[in-house]
Amino acid sequence: MSLGRGDPVGSAAELGFDGLPPNAAPVPAPSWRPWLRDRIALAALVLALVVLPLAPVSPYWVTLGSYVGLYALVALGLVLITGVAGLTSFGQAAFVGIGAYTTAYLSTVHGVDPWFGLLAGVALTGASALLIGAITLRMSGHYLPLATIAWAMAIYYLFGTLPWLGRHDGLQGIPPLRLAGVPIVGDAMFWLIWAVVLAAVAALSNLLDSRSGRAIRALKGRAAMAEAMGIDTTAHKTAAFLTAAVLAAVAGWLYAHLQRTVNPGSFSLNVGIEFLIMAVVGGVGHLWGAVLGAVLLTLLKDQLQVLLPKLLGTQGNFEIVVFGALLVLLLQFARGGLWSFVAARVPQRPRAPLPATADALPPRRATQPPAGDPLLEVSAVRKEFGGLVAVKDVSFRVRAGEIVALIGPNGAGKSTCFNLITGVLPATSGQVLHHGRRIERLDARRIAALGLARTFQHVQLVPTMSALDNVALGAHLRARTGVLAAMLRLDRRAEARLLAEAMRQLARVGLASQARQEAGSLPLGQQRIVEIARGLAADPELLLLDEPAAGLRLREKQALAGLLRTLRSEGTAILLVEHDMEFVMGLADHVVVMEHGEKIAEGTPAQVQRDPAVIQAYLGSVE
Amino acid sequence: MSTTDVPLLEIDGLSVSYGKVEALHGFSLRLSQGQVVTVIGPNGAGKTTLLAATAGLLPSRGTLRLDGEPIDRLTVEERAQRGLCLVPEKRELFTTMTVEDNLLLGTYPRVLRRDRHPSDGIEQVYALFPRLKERRRQEAGTLSGGERQMLALGRALVGKPRVLMLDEPSLGLAPLIVREIFNVIGRLRAMGVATLLVEQNARAALQASDYGYVLETGELRMQGAAQALADDPRIVETYLGLGRAAPEPTPR
Amino acid sequence: MDVTIAAILLQDGITTGAIYALMALVTVLVFTVTRVILVPAGEFVAFGALTLATLQRGGVPGTVKLLVAAALIAGAIEVASAARRGQFAALPRALAGLVAVPLLIAATVAWAASRQWPLAAQGLLALAAVTPLGPLLYRIAYQPIAEATVLVLLIVSVGVHFVLMGLGLYFFGAEGWRTPAFVQGSIGTDAVTISGQSLVVVAVSALLMLALAVFFSRTLRGKALRATAVNRVGARLMGISTTYAGMLAFGLAAFVGALSGVLVAPIATVYYDSGFLIGLKGFVGAILGGLVSYPLATVGALAVGVLESFSSFWASDYKEIIVFTLVLPALLYRSLRHPHREEEEA
Repeated sequence: MSLGRGDPVGSAAELGFDGLPPNAAPVPAPSWRPWLRDRIALAALVLALVVLPLAPVSPYWVTLGSYVGLYALVALGLVLITGVAGLTSFGQAAFVGIGAYTTAYLSTVHGVDPWFGLLAGVALTGASALLIGAITLRMSGHYLPLATIAWAMAIYYLFGTLPWLGRHDGLQGIPPLRLAGVPIVGDAMFWLIWAVVLAAVAALSNLLDSRSGRAIRALKGRAAMAEAMGIDTTAHKTAAFLTAAVLAAVAGWLYAHLQRTVNPGSFSLNVGIEFLIMAVVGGVGHLWGAVLGAVLLTLLKDQLQVLLPKLLGTQGNFEIVVFGALLVLLLQFARGGLWSFVAARVPQRPRAPLPATADALPPRRATQPPAGDPLLEVSAVRKEFGGLVAVKDVSFRVRAGEIVALIGPNGAGKSTCFNLITGVLPATSGQVLHHGRRIERLDARRIAALGLARTFQHVQLVPTMSALDNVALGAHLRARTGVLAAMLRLDRRAEARLLAEAMRQLARVGLASQARQEAGSLPLGQQRIVEIARGLAADPELLLLDEPAAGLRLREKQALAGLLRTLRSEGTAILLVEHDMEFVMGLADHVVVMEHGEKIAEGTPAQVQRDPAVIQAYLGSVE
Repeated sequence: MSTTDVPLLEIDGLSVSYGKVEALHGFSLRLSQGQVVTVIGPNGAGKTTLLAATAGLLPSRGTLRLDGEPIDRLTVEERAQRGLCLVPEKRELFTTMTVEDNLLLGTYPRVLRRDRHPSDGIEQVYALFPRLKERRRQEAGTLSGGERQMLALGRALVGKPRVLMLDEPSLGLAPLIVREIFNVIGRLRAMGVATLLVEQNARAALQASDYGYVLETGELRMQGAAQALADDPRIVETYLGLGRAAPEPTPR
Repeated sequence: MDVTIAAILLQDGITTGAIYALMALVTVLVFTVTRVILVPAGEFVAFGALTLATLQRGGVPGTVKLLVAAALIAGAIEVASAARRGQFAALPRALAGLVAVPLLIAATVAWAASRQWPLAAQGLLALAAVTPLGPLLYRIAYQPIAEATVLVLLIVSVGVHFVLMGLGLYFFGAEGWRTPAFVQGSIGTDAVTISGQSLVVVAVSALLMLALAVFFSRTLRGKALRATAVNRVGARLMGISTTYAGMLAFGLAAFVGALSGVLVAPIATVYYDSGFLIGLKGFVGAILGGLVSYPLATVGALAVGVLESFSSFWASDYKEIIVFTLVLPALLYRSLRHPHREEEEA
């Protein structure tokens, strides 16, 4: 037989141990070229925007450019809610309409200063968004986009039927904006609009790179995990939705004072669909994708109207046919949008290094509870799904400084029991007590706030975020900075502390070198360990691990066991659900064995291994 | 060992990457008619990746040949139609359809090959797994873990595959059921079905096979006759300590 | 509101509701098999109706040109794809289905157009002309990106919708059309009459639903299609081609859509852009069924039809607002009763 070459177990670095001291913050040697390239590109863009109106081009292009800017504003909002948070909205045009009609009505009928119209428009749109969001955002999956279609159509029809809004003719004669008496028109409007667009890109970029931003990123497809980190998913969805609505309202205000008339046709469902098209074609996962999409689609529609009659001669409405066909082709060519396509082929700029010194986050409790203190008491807990009893009056206890393992054959009810404790499922009867207080009716978020942190059987990391950001998600409850502070970059100090804590935990689990790697590109074993680091970032009293050893190699399991022993000695209690007997027996202080929903044995590993009922369960169960 | 000249399945230099991570590196394997070949190794070694790439679910580099014909450019469906059948780790049953319908759908490749009696394998499978026959009209989603595995295996067998690939058939199953499954695999060997078995449970797998390959962190570490591998001290040390072997009955 | 009016409104509501129900079924079918939200579903309806109307007038419907163009494009794509993979064995059969058959149909329809066949036969011609567009569109627009996210597939659907709508305008003009009824007369008492055409619509719809149900539960191809909807990976491993499943689903969608158009043509004036709203209301019905349940989708669609009918009587200006606003609480209720399990579309 033949032997493979080399050391079969692999090098230490490969296994996740870099031997780095806990507070090192290693960063790959910075390559300045992408950073410089990005700065130059941005400067070039700003220069182009400044110069365009001054260049000898027809004013038509400047006007078109102004409209592109407005569309980009709306599309930016879509990137936030649809691309990042996963909430598909067809109704942004309705919000644009509310912003536009508010200022139009106030400035024409009541002669109010247009700048006040901005405040009023944003306020009214914001209020509408909160109201509509309260209904819509509660919906899950496919219901949400349909709801956005429903209210978009309702609002559109409202614009068209209310007599004091001018019905289908709308409102005319809207005055231009004025600054120190000078009307802002033409070139000035172009610059104003694009200044707003760039400010919006900056604000959103800051937001995505913050505590709230990480929470919003976790909304897409991972709401259960987000709640388990203590993130108020409803509040964050609402915040994102509100932000997008405000952007749309500002776009509407600018639109009204640019176009000087408003009518319902500009805010129909078709327009709402177009905004979504711009975002998706441009690249709905990237802020600049929104701008690119707006530019591209506007130019395309504009040029089609010019070119096609020349090419085809007839009066047929082929623009829409060609437009549709191009849409299909573009997406076949670049599924993630054009910005994705470009970005994938261009070296990425490494993220800024962590600040050299950052004060540590305060611990969540003054002292760890003394070893032996009962932390968690599961008391006759029962879960029924209709006629099926998944967990049958199970009781056990977890003490501080203890590792308790919940084991059993497949289908024993371990994971269900775990979900009952972590607030994912409500118990049918029985109690779960934490320091004597009942928690079985609490939801996952409140349980997280009590100091219980968990991992998941199927790894729940946000794959597009770095490992560091994922771990920082675990520390969400240990800071308070909000959306506004993030956008205005006022949260840097808190951010530094959060990221330093995340780095500390990553180093503790031996993955400091992978901090800046995209979580999705890490091997499964390392992803599980990142999840554990995320749990540790919450500074938990009790760590709940769901099959942490699944998918790990022997040496990784040994390292994990070592880490868990260290945690135990530092006072953290651990409850783990596992299949792997070897892993559990060498580690746990106390083992609870389940079968068919019932506890069949409990005791030290040695006791359990000798228990005839356990042997029967593992060796002799007939299904 | 087998006596046929041209191996039924040839894998040469297979490499699979997930983004920047190379999950499988330059792996080669031969499977001949009537053989049972096993690939063992710990979790994360790349075993599932190997089968997924061979079935066409993952893009890969290297060559794959079925009965001498290259199949690299074929889609998953086309490979299945040619008799390369995978029973994946997650089973992928049609949970809202009945046991009978699941088995019927397993005959699809034979229907596409225009077999005269595509469904004649179904009764044979019922003979092999009587419990499935009892539950034939039940929805697949209501079956227990062990029964689902039997259904997944049965569904693959009704298609009379030329190469059967099993991804961790013992995963998540109680030891008694595992023993039953491996009994069936033993009978497949007797029936001459060429089987590629991927397992974490090394002892049970090697017992049921003719030849074995040991995969670790994406690379081939060892290969040889199954019995010889089973006796190799390195294997015994590193791998058999991990998995739960199909246990001998405890003396009562 | 007396009984007579209520009866008429109810009848109207159920008739249009039946059409919406067919659209709802098609939406659910296509979505579960291919994850595509078929925005252009309504265009099949419009094309069906307008093709029939054109044939009625003795003209060659523009649908024929579309059919030829689509067949040739699909054929070219198929050849290119085979060349790229170096797999030519399956090519002749694919080309026969994708190119030869549609071209043959196009030729037949063009030839028969001027021969003024009876209405029923022309109805069949219209069906024959529109149905192949389904699989052809799938092959051209969707199959290359079959694994893309639902959102991307949705935008592609919007693109296809634009193409079909624009072509509809070009082929059929901006005016609306109506065809003579298949069945004249009506039955019933003085108080309550039911028009023959309404009966035909409801009866055919019911039969079609029954036929689909039988197809899915009794035939192997139907089960294979269901299997693809239930578990794509599992279906692929059984050799069930997702492309085949997609084309079949789209073929059924086009057929049902065209049939709906043919049924609707005598009772309502159809314009080149009427399809969108019909499809949208069917979509609403489908959503009320959670995009998975056929019976609930049917009930939901019927409810939309009846609601619309009564709203149009009471407040026809606000008809659309009423329908769409009342949909919201139903959606909320459904969403809370059956929370959507998170799809990880990373």
